[in-house]
Amino acid sequence: MKQKKVLETGFHCVFLLCGLIAVAFVLFISIYLVLSGIPAIREIGLPEFLFGKTWSAGTNQFGILPFILTSVYGTAGAVLLGAPLGIMTAVYISKVAPARTAEMIHTAVALLAGIPSVVYGLVGMIVLVPGIQKLFSLSSGACLLAAILVLTVMILPYVINVSETALRAVPKEYEEASLALGATETETYFKVSLTAARSGVVTAIVQGVGRAIGEAMAIIMVSGNVANMPGLFRSVRFLTTAIVSEMSYASPGSLQKQALFSIGLVLFLFIMMINAFLRLILRKEAR
Amino acid sequence: MQAIIQTEHLNLWYGEHQALHDINMEIGANRITALIGPSGCGKTTFLKTINRMSDLVPNCRIEGSVQYNGKDIFAKDVDVTQLRTKIGMVFQKANPFPMSIYDNIAYGPRLQGIRSRAELDEIVEISLKNAAIWDETKDRLKKSALSLSGGQQQRLCIARSLAVRPDVLLMDEPTSALDPISTGKIEELALALKQNYTIVMVTHNMQQAARISDQTAFFLLGELIECGDTETLFSTPQDNRTEAYITGRFG
Repeated sequence: MKQKKVLETGFHCVFLLCGLIAVAFVLFISIYLVLSGIPAIREIGLPEFLFGKTWSAGTNQFGILPFILTSVYGTAGAVLLGAPLGIMTAVYISKVAPARTAEMIHTAVALLAGIPSVVYGLVGMIVLVPGIQKLFSLSSGACLLAAILVLTVMILPYVINVSETALRAVPKEYEEASLALGATETETYFKVSLTAARSGVVTAIVQGVGRAIGEAMAIIMVSGNVANMPGLFRSVRFLTTAIVSEMSYASPGSLQKQALFSIGLVLFLFIMMINAFLRLILRKEAR
Repeated sequence: MQAIIQTEHLNLWYGEHQALHDINMEIGANRITALIGPSGCGKTTFLKTINRMSDLVPNCRIEGSVQYNGKDIFAKDVDVTQLRTKIGMVFQKANPFPMSIYDNIAYGPRLQGIRSRAELDEIVEISLKNAAIWDETKDRLKKSALSLSGGQQQRLCIARSLAVRPDVLLMDEPTSALDPISTGKIEELALALKQNYTIVMVTHNMQQAARISDQTAFFLLGELIECGDTETLFSTPQDNRTEAYITGRFG
């Protein structure tokens, strides 16, 4: 009896420890990012760092406005394309499609989610970049547009899956009531089903935003990776890709390396803001 | 009695299972018709056929005719959405949309293309008044419809149906989930509404049928056993099975 109790207590401690490990990692990463991100910002000056338009290690200029804007535009573009596409797909799968078709699309979407991001990058590099170059007669097709298109495809599975779950959870009674009032099926899906599923749909979009803003590997391969101010057909560099592309050769202890950590901090804050926003919505909906 | 709805040799199958057998029935205008019978007897199926909600059931096959104002509702040129605005429906479980009270009522009119704020305001007010729930909701029209009590939600659903100006209201056990007081209010409302609307109500509650209906139809195993004046049907039923059911010997 006593032995059992000891065992029980022991396991409770193990569980607690496991839970604490996750918390510890979050804390550790946050503290580390803040500590290592602050020095460069101090040295450069916050306004100069955030709003400087030139990033050049050679002249010791470290303004990340081009990266911030590229990340924001790229994410916005991907969501603008991906959200309607994903939501419509979710409506189709959950409401319109016959069971077998829905199952098929569902499987395809699941596969899409499982493809490693480097593969998206590869396909983008081989197919998309030359395609854009030809279509718009550019000197290079590696640009913001290519990155947006790759990101759009990458966030699709998230948007589709989360919206689909939310749409399936809409009580049939709502849809019946709408049809009985003389609505067509399409009117019902848009005006009642999506309204009833709105918190899920918003969650889907916000998750898509989070995913898009954090992606590095796929887009570094298609975006040209030059620290320009963003333009649809310009080679650009994102917050993520700026870190990836310079971290390995920035000399230790240099301002450049420190500034890269500061970029990490900015990215981290972006993600935190998105998460906070998501929690706010979910809490509001729960009430 | 002037019939607004008339069925002739109506047969209905769900796949292989025949749920309605040769139903011939007339439903009088501006009256309350109660459909009674044990569970699974086809009364709800019959109700859903009248506004073609049966279309939504896969593998549902219908033979015979249902006429509304003398016109077959299954005819090719019938616009089913139009039909459903004329023959509205109130469900067993109150199902207001997760929107404000105002938007619930304005939903149907907006579908019909009414955009003018003043016009919508008027429709909302009239509909809520007709459903006897205006006094309880007038100060909270912008609040979620889900904040209302069960009985209020059901009256809101009735108001929502009224907002598209139907002739007929189909009610599928509208009080089965409600307490006696709310039930009383819905019954009163039904009696008031029959001045302007035809009401067809499925009910499990025979007292309810006897209390408020003018005409009662008794269904059993997909057949219409007996249909007639409520008083006559309850006092001197023609069929043994009707008598057995209303005296509580089965059901």
